[in-house]
Amino acid sequence: MRVLERLGHRVLFPRAQTCCGQMHYNTGYQADALPLVQRFVKIFRDKEVVCVPSASCVAMMREHYELIAERSGNHDFLCQVRTLLPRVFEFSELLANKLGVLDVGAHFEKRVTYHPSCHSLRMLHAGDAPERLLRSVRGLDLVNLPEREQCCGFGGTFAVKNADVSNAMMQAKCGAVKLTGADVVTALDNSCLMQIFGGLHRAGQDVRTMHIAEILASHGGAAS
Amino acid sequence: MNVRVGKTAAAPEFSVAAKRLLGDDQLRQNVHHATDIIRAKRALRVEELPDWQELRDAASEIKAHTLRHLAEYLEEFEHNCIAAGGEVHWARDADEANAIAIGLIRRHSEGRDGAEVIKVKSMTTDEVQMNVALERVGITPYETDLADMIVQMAGDEPSHIVVPALHMNRFEVRDLFRVKMSLPELGEQPHDLTDAARMYLREKFLAIKIGISGANFAVAETGTVCVVESEGNGRMCATLPDVLISLVGIEKVIPKFQDLEVFLQLLPRSATGERMNPYNSLWTGVHAGDGPRAFHVILLDNGRSKQLADERERETLACIRCGACLNACPVYRETGGHAYGSIYSGPIGAILSPQLQSLEHSRSLPYASTLCGACYEVCPVKINIPETLIHLRGRIVAEDQKSLKGKLNQQSLAMRAMALVFRSTWRYEAAQKLGQRGQWLFERGGYLVDLPGMAGEWTRFRDLKALPGESFREWFQKRDVNGGGEA
Repeated sequence: MRVLERLGHRVLFPRAQTCCGQMHYNTGYQADALPLVQRFVKIFRDKEVVCVPSASCVAMMREHYELIAERSGNHDFLCQVRTLLPRVFEFSELLANKLGVLDVGAHFEKRVTYHPSCHSLRMLHAGDAPERLLRSVRGLDLVNLPEREQCCGFGGTFAVKNADVSNAMMQAKCGAVKLTGADVVTALDNSCLMQIFGGLHRAGQDVRTMHIAEILASHGGAAS
Repeated sequence: MNVRVGKTAAAPEFSVAAKRLLGDDQLRQNVHHATDIIRAKRALRVEELPDWQELRDAASEIKAHTLRHLAEYLEEFEHNCIAAGGEVHWARDADEANAIAIGLIRRHSEGRDGAEVIKVKSMTTDEVQMNVALERVGITPYETDLADMIVQMAGDEPSHIVVPALHMNRFEVRDLFRVKMSLPELGEQPHDLTDAARMYLREKFLAIKIGISGANFAVAETGTVCVVESEGNGRMCATLPDVLISLVGIEKVIPKFQDLEVFLQLLPRSATGERMNPYNSLWTGVHAGDGPRAFHVILLDNGRSKQLADERERETLACIRCGACLNACPVYRETGGHAYGSIYSGPIGAILSPQLQSLEHSRSLPYASTLCGACYEVCPVKINIPETLIHLRGRIVAEDQKSLKGKLNQQSLAMRAMALVFRSTWRYEAAQKLGQRGQWLFERGGYLVDLPGMAGEWTRFRDLKALPGESFREWFQKRDVNGGGEA
């Protein structure tokens, strides 16, 4: 929000918004996802641009909203979805691709490693835009995360339904983070970061997790 | 009809089996090592083809077209196979396929007891548990693919579609051979092990008169069956015996001989990271003085025609069993194949076994994935596995909602409650408040530990930051009232 305002944009936060419906849809409760999708579309359909600070929510919208609308049999709703979707952007995508801004004037003196979340990588095809944004931050030392494209093991309800496997995947990811010697791990998804933080903190590792927006909003050198 | 897939009926749930396997460090090390090697080789062989994506598109389209006209192509295959001197049999399910195979073996061994058969590596014969059925009536099957032979000797189950003994290392194989082949001095070098296997298998190839195979492809236009392999043992089974029986899933048919051009590029690169398989065997009917004198094809349904009827599920029938999705899967990497309780493991197993069996014995499998999409990315025929997993989860939930017990399970109650919360601003904000006020019960120094219910599965391995005293939306409201914007 601070980043977008700093760039001169007016940012609104409609209070009525709740959830994009991904958790219900992906767990098999597709009937329960429909009212959440309708709610999202109703709230945001008259906005100029919708910025979503979560790659997996955007992936949910792009991959499934049209299908959900088609299945609902409501043609008007389907049209609304189709006109809204091209205006929905993930945060880093909005900056780098839509607005064409890489340097947002941030200053952050830390060693940072970037975890390309599965949905940003394979569904949004975010490519190197997030890293280009991070490289433009003054003072920031970006280090490569080994085996970066491996899933962190979160996977929504997978994390509790298959907690043991999820933990094994998380341990591998946390081990890779440790190898980088980074102070901070960042990503486009708070869900992955919650998983990675949970593992690092349990292991007593002193590594912070920050969403990319938090880093781009920093201008004091240290984390705000 | 009684659809069975391997031994799934007796298998524990995925999370239970996985937990046990996660404790086996040697197995996990073996799986990590093997999948890392195959993945790297595949990546190398895919990168060198500039038209890889076009090949995937072509394969996907050929399969989609064939599946839309499957009945016609199957009849065309049958007609041409018979014209070339083969016999074609149709099996509705596993039991029928095994009964046909047993009948054929008896017919060709003239009622002699103690018949023996040699086998080409075949997932489909594992699917119908043919070895078990043959042994039950006194017929001895010998697996001749090196890895399948190892699995059979160990009384084990395959843990990978292409590399069935991927979970074992050479020291474990050496120990097995020392006992089973009575070779107490055997070394663990690859040539020691292959020499021992060669000596053992050569005798079988020369003595046994009936061979059994699966198929990678069945060409409708010519009635040809195709098997690709790396060792040449498959070709021995297909050429030396007097009788050859091929069990072919109905989805294996492709229209034209020329279609092989696409699949024989995609399959080896995806499966083993080779440009071409060392052995590509194709056989059409029978030929006097060359190869088997009798050739039988058993076309197997076993749940496939039901899959064909569903638009989403039909896509799964395009699978060419390359195993690339297993090697790419971060879940498979941690657990190996046995956790899936089916001979079809990994991402493809997680969608295939539940579909074939109409969700019986396999309801935990569609949840054995983080939906990370690595499988879809590598699939040579572009099966959208994550989307199919979600579809199957939807089927399971829909079934659950039909019964009171299903409606009242912990997950259902939690999901329905959250759906209600998300549908109202008031309830959403009230729930947030409740969390902020109630979390002290589980809070230790700013972090949540030992949460109850399903959330306890989270805190079993991970800490969770406590909710801040002021939520983002509260901060935003206040700021909005005060005029907002950057100060």
